[in-house]
Amino acid sequence: MHDVTVESILFSIVPVSLLGAVTGLDMVSFPQMMLSRPLVSATLGGAFVGRPAAGLLIGAVLELIALETLPFGASRYAEWGTAGVVGGVVMAGQPAGAAGALPVAMFTALATAVFSSRSMVWVRTWNAHQARRLRTAIDAGSPAAVDNLQLRGLTMDLVRGFVVTFVALIVLFPLSEEIVAIWGVDAIHSRAVVTALAATVAAGAIWTLTHRAARAGWLFVLGLGAGTALLLLQ
Amino acid sequence: MTAPQLHKWARRDPGTPAPVGKAAIAAAFIRLFAVQGSWNYETMLGNGIAFSMKPLLKDLPEDRYHSAMARQARYFNAHPYLAGVAVGSLARAELDGENPARIERFRTALCGPLGSVGDQLVWAGWLPLCSLIALTTFALGAGPLAVVCIFLGVYNVGHVALRAWGLRVGLRSGMRVAPALANPVFREWPAALARISAVLAGLILPLALQRIIGPGRVLAGGVAVVAVIGAVILARFGARATGWRAALGVLAIFVLYSVAR
Repeated sequence: MHDVTVESILFSIVPVSLLGAVTGLDMVSFPQMMLSRPLVSATLGGAFVGRPAAGLLIGAVLELIALETLPFGASRYAEWGTAGVVGGVVMAGQPAGAAGALPVAMFTALATAVFSSRSMVWVRTWNAHQARRLRTAIDAGSPAAVDNLQLRGLTMDLVRGFVVTFVALIVLFPLSEEIVAIWGVDAIHSRAVVTALAATVAAGAIWTLTHRAARAGWLFVLGLGAGTALLLLQ
Repeated sequence: MTAPQLHKWARRDPGTPAPVGKAAIAAAFIRLFAVQGSWNYETMLGNGIAFSMKPLLKDLPEDRYHSAMARQARYFNAHPYLAGVAVGSLARAELDGENPARIERFRTALCGPLGSVGDQLVWAGWLPLCSLIALTTFALGAGPLAVVCIFLGVYNVGHVALRAWGLRVGLRSGMRVAPALANPVFREWPAALARISAVLAGLILPLALQRIIGPGRVLAGGVAVVAVIGAVILARFGARATGWRAALGVLAIFVLYSVAR
């Protein structure tokens, strides 16, 4: 297994923050190819630390929660690009098999999501301010002003992702190490609590998304039966 | 001076003017991926529409070019993947010299349908389905590279195809784009995608819980029961708190409990 140390995490904090910048930018501004989904961003975060499988595990948990996120226009929602990277790095940065690794990684990812969600509002407000500043030129039909405003917005969103990831890792990674070191619940029950929370949010989201479709409830039960049968056959 | 080489998307009925070159279409298509780059609460993606349309309009006479850019940079809202419909059809209207007042009315009328159709098809349909497909591969034991590649591959086939379709249809149809938005894909697919998602969600729930928790079927069963009860509570009180924020609150209490123990 790849040897993960605090030094290796700190040494790679800037590259990881750049990864957070790219995945954060993907959420809304460019190119919206879903690099920002936690399944991707957390796996990439874990891969940066040398343990992509650990990143995938927390990514899957966060993806269940992210099923709830519908990025409709002006609504406020969690920004999973930076949050996933932070969760993946924190998960992969703990000793393999540490009981508190999964809950602590999920906690840091969700805490980052609160901050990153807020930061998106700041960037959108800043974009509106820039649009007002360039309004005269844009109203005159200046193509350069149109490009200028677009590039300012893209750049600011990239910077936002970098800063959110950098600050979250600086603050939360050392804290997560301290918490994992004194974690008092065994691994299997810790994972069960995390999974129950994620599955609860996912089930609620699936209900919201599908309940208007005819026979969706029965189809869910059908799938549940098939999944349970597969589980018992394993 | 030779006329620009026409792309097949730009072919129109005989007798219609305003050709569009391949390079211009390619540039507009690439710019569409950044259509929300300056998204804000005042003009939303209005500036992005003008930004994406710029390569298509740049061969207009200077006065028409500037007035078109000014018009297209005003408030606009749509689903980003269907913004290409607006960019294509509005560019076609500008190139064909339609009445500016008519273009503005058409532009206003486009906002609602392009937003609601895209939200239902992509955010509430295609994206959750692709997530569930990827989670199913995870639950069945696939590794990180396979899960990520399957998710990104499947999702982006639909994503890029929808953007390309939008620009093509917009450029071809101009202000007669309404029939394209009545395509059965937009009316029937959201419900079909929801039904497939319902089956997949049921399928992965026990398998994913098992893979995350590890050995222990009784515990996984208990977690599944808790999840169903919790989901009912969330659905009942969902308007008061989003699930992920509620999960953060519960998790904070659990972390404090585990540390204080």
